[in-house]
Amino acid sequence: MGLLSRKVTCNSHGQDSSYFLGWQEYEKNPYDEVKNPKGIIQMGLAENQLCFDLLESWLAKNPDAVSFKREEQSIFKELALFQDYHGLPAFKKALVDFMAEIRGNKVSFDTDYLVLTAGATSANETLMFCLAEKGDAILLPTPYYPGFDRDLKWRTGVEIVSIQCSSSNGFQITESALEAAYQEAQRKNLRVKGVLVTNPSNPLGTTMSRNELDLLVNFVTDKEIHLISDEIYSGTVFSSPAFVSIMEVLKDRKLENTQVWERVHVVYSLSKDLGLPGFRVGAIYSNDPIVVAAATKMSSFGLVSSQTQYLLSAMLSDKKFTKEYISKNHKRLQKRQNKLVSGLEKAGISCLESNAGLFCWVDMRHLLSSNTFEAEMELWKRIVYDVKLNISPGSSCHCTEPGWFRVCFANMSEDTLKLAMQRLKSFVSSITIDNQTHQDLKNMRKKNRTKWVFRLSFQSFHDREQGER
Amino acid sequence: MGLLSRKATCNTHGQDSSYFLGWQEYKKNPYNEVNNPNGIIQMGLAENQLCLDLLEPWLMKNPDALGLKRDGISIFKELALFQDYNGFPAFKRALVDFMGEIRGNKVSFDPNHVVLTAGATSANETLMFCLADQGDAFLLPTPYYPGFDRDLRWRTGVEIVPIHCTSSNGFKVTLPAIEQAHRQAQKRKLRVKGVLITNPSNPLGTTMARDELDLLINFIEDKQIHLISDEIYAGTVFTSPSFVSVMEVLKDRNLDQTQVWERVHIVYSLSKDLGLPGFRVGAIYSNDPVVVSAAIKMSSFGLVSSQTQYLLSAMLFDKKFTKEYMSENHKRLQKQQKDLVSGLEKAGIRCLDSNAGLFCWVDMRHLLKSNTFEAEMELWQKIVYHVKINISPGSSCHCIEPGWFRVCFANMLESTLKLAIQRLKSFVSSIAMKSQSHQELKSLRRKARNNWVSRLSLQSFYDREQDTTTEVSFSYRPHFMSLSNIAATLDAAA
Repeated sequence: MGLLSRKVTCNSHGQDSSYFLGWQEYEKNPYDEVKNPKGIIQMGLAENQLCFDLLESWLAKNPDAVSFKREEQSIFKELALFQDYHGLPAFKKALVDFMAEIRGNKVSFDTDYLVLTAGATSANETLMFCLAEKGDAILLPTPYYPGFDRDLKWRTGVEIVSIQCSSSNGFQITESALEAAYQEAQRKNLRVKGVLVTNPSNPLGTTMSRNELDLLVNFVTDKEIHLISDEIYSGTVFSSPAFVSIMEVLKDRKLENTQVWERVHVVYSLSKDLGLPGFRVGAIYSNDPIVVAAATKMSSFGLVSSQTQYLLSAMLSDKKFTKEYISKNHKRLQKRQNKLVSGLEKAGISCLESNAGLFCWVDMRHLLSSNTFEAEMELWKRIVYDVKLNISPGSSCHCTEPGWFRVCFANMSEDTLKLAMQRLKSFVSSITIDNQTHQDLKNMRKKNRTKWVFRLSFQSFHDREQGER
Repeated sequence: MGLLSRKATCNTHGQDSSYFLGWQEYKKNPYNEVNNPNGIIQMGLAENQLCLDLLEPWLMKNPDALGLKRDGISIFKELALFQDYNGFPAFKRALVDFMGEIRGNKVSFDPNHVVLTAGATSANETLMFCLADQGDAFLLPTPYYPGFDRDLRWRTGVEIVPIHCTSSNGFKVTLPAIEQAHRQAQKRKLRVKGVLITNPSNPLGTTMARDELDLLINFIEDKQIHLISDEIYAGTVFTSPSFVSVMEVLKDRNLDQTQVWERVHIVYSLSKDLGLPGFRVGAIYSNDPVVVSAAIKMSSFGLVSSQTQYLLSAMLFDKKFTKEYMSENHKRLQKQQKDLVSGLEKAGIRCLDSNAGLFCWVDMRHLLKSNTFEAEMELWQKIVYHVKINISPGSSCHCIEPGWFRVCFANMLESTLKLAIQRLKSFVSSIAMKSQSHQELKSLRRKARNNWVSRLSLQSFYDREQDTTTEVSFSYRPHFMSLSNIAATLDAAA
């Protein structure tokens, strides 16, 4: 008899993927400006480190928020005992206001439909437990966040079927791709329970167009399935087009109080917008009261610390602060993204045009030795071990085209980004020379096989090559 | 096609049980000394509110811990970014030291074998996911914490098979009971993956005897299954016998480095000992590195806030403080438990002899109309709605004997406890009176059916009763009722 569960002995946690392996390599040899200037620069971690100064100055001005005080009175006991899975009311109020603000107040959220969870990781898994049985399937557009393989599938037994997107149209979702995915699931005898999209997209860094969102609403209406919109990056939209939430589309199409309304669920978190992944603050927003009720009970398995709820309720209730923060956050993200994009350009590398997120979706297809995932892995290893940059290969995000990489820009100083760009530039130049030499070598070999009459031409060709080097 | 999962629409979350319903009633009408003195007193919530006043001064003396500073310098950024599921090293170190201290330092724990989780709720569910597959079973001694029905079974699909314990031996676990449970599981075609005990026990408030622990170890060794020891109340042992952890027994029997060693896992939390359920701090401790590794990955679904890890690492590192705290905690728990026990005694109610926990296991079998769970429910409803005390009926804890109730004592002021006891005392007296009157009324009716010769006796009986009644009415004036009134009431209640 197996002593441990199948979950433990199998591999569905997905943590043997390159996404996590690159991370491990980085941890063995992490870059440090002073102590380890030749170490690996971490560009595989989607963290927002650009606005901590704003948060710290707010904390300095609002000491009550961390010292368990409300208007100078201690509320320590109240917080120490507060384990109500309905969440701290003041925090939920502040959070829904913040979510609305991020959406330009074009939609509003009701605290009764909000469920707090220990991070979006917990929120996504909980939604799977609520909406699907073991063996059911969820459709996800590729490329997608590698963590979903663990979060959505591991303990739930739910399967993921890819909606394949390609560079031919900027990786946008198409109706035919949706249909193809649905049919693929049926071929595998999997019952499709819904579609999960990340909007803005990880790893693309783009917001979904209204057209795509309409397509999705029509699709889930037609198939009578769920739509989960993971909007964890909604506060990182730094340039146009403006963010359009799925809720806004439903509202504009007057679909509230229709069946599809109750099948749309939003996931949120403060890990990306506020840069607070350590505090474990996530949320599910659902229009279906049964889902809310079930998810609320399930949140017992991952509640947010009351100490943290209190701190953040104070912070997010400060509307002057949140307004300033959102604005500065956008400016800084935009500036940093521009630096990455132009730095890559100088290295002859282009990115998918993006307006959000903490990363760019980088096109390195021209650097592959062949249009294969083996070549992508080869390139990735060189970048990690030789160039000493940890970036995420597209295959770890289930991209169907080899050669794309996710490169993060918001988790380092400007100087470090500059250095990373320099290293990449040198690397690309060396590859170009290598490729050129390789090309010449191939030509040489081809010519050698012909008759001695051409040996004279060959000799002069060879002389020319040596001159250019 | 069902739109939602079966988990979302079924009842396995167990939250329709009386345990939670009583809680809901309390919320509708909560007692407050000033604002709502006739409200329901909450005695169904196992919280430790007796020592929060010791924590506050510590916080005031250690502003850095709250203010996210180290030596006066802000470490906000470091903490804000810290989401490593291996846990904050300083916190794990402080936690294992604290766990060792609670066990009189007779065992020590290795931080590399600790997995931090958002509360013991998360720890227990995670262990199920690691050790069992859907349809497997764990054996649990009854009575047990009602929350286990949700925590161990709901999303995991694991079954619980009870090991029935009875009052005949103080609800101790016996070999025949364990074996009977194992056979029962097999009859139901369930593969038993392990045994889960809570030690000290909830709801009994007792620590497990060494021979019970030996029994369990022998059993799991023999069956080659797991043993989970939920030691969430380890720090609430306020009187002898002292707490013996299963780890101590394994060590004493030189079983470290044997197969069974890797099949024993401990669950812990700071919700009961430190009274911090809001902070969501739990832990799994396992000697099996494969379990540790899997549980760590799974803890991604319920990590402890780094802000909280930092605060508590500072607090638990202060060994002078933890020593003082634990000592005072024990004293206050012991006193409050004594107050409850003696108060209940005055009401003619006994408890299981207990030395730990935040509650007593109370014997109200003599107050039941009949030895049935229906009668237990009836009694419980009276206590909640009329006496206005929320307590937990034994049936919600899967006890097989009707009439036992869990009554919490550590979540209220001494004055509130006094009031609760008074209310209970009045209630018990009124039941006693009613029973007596009921008994007398039954006799009366029997006699009335006899021939006229007895009528004279009835008359004299009635006269006698009235005298008695009158006597009674002087002592219990508020409860005086004429015989006919009593009869009417009893008829109505029947």
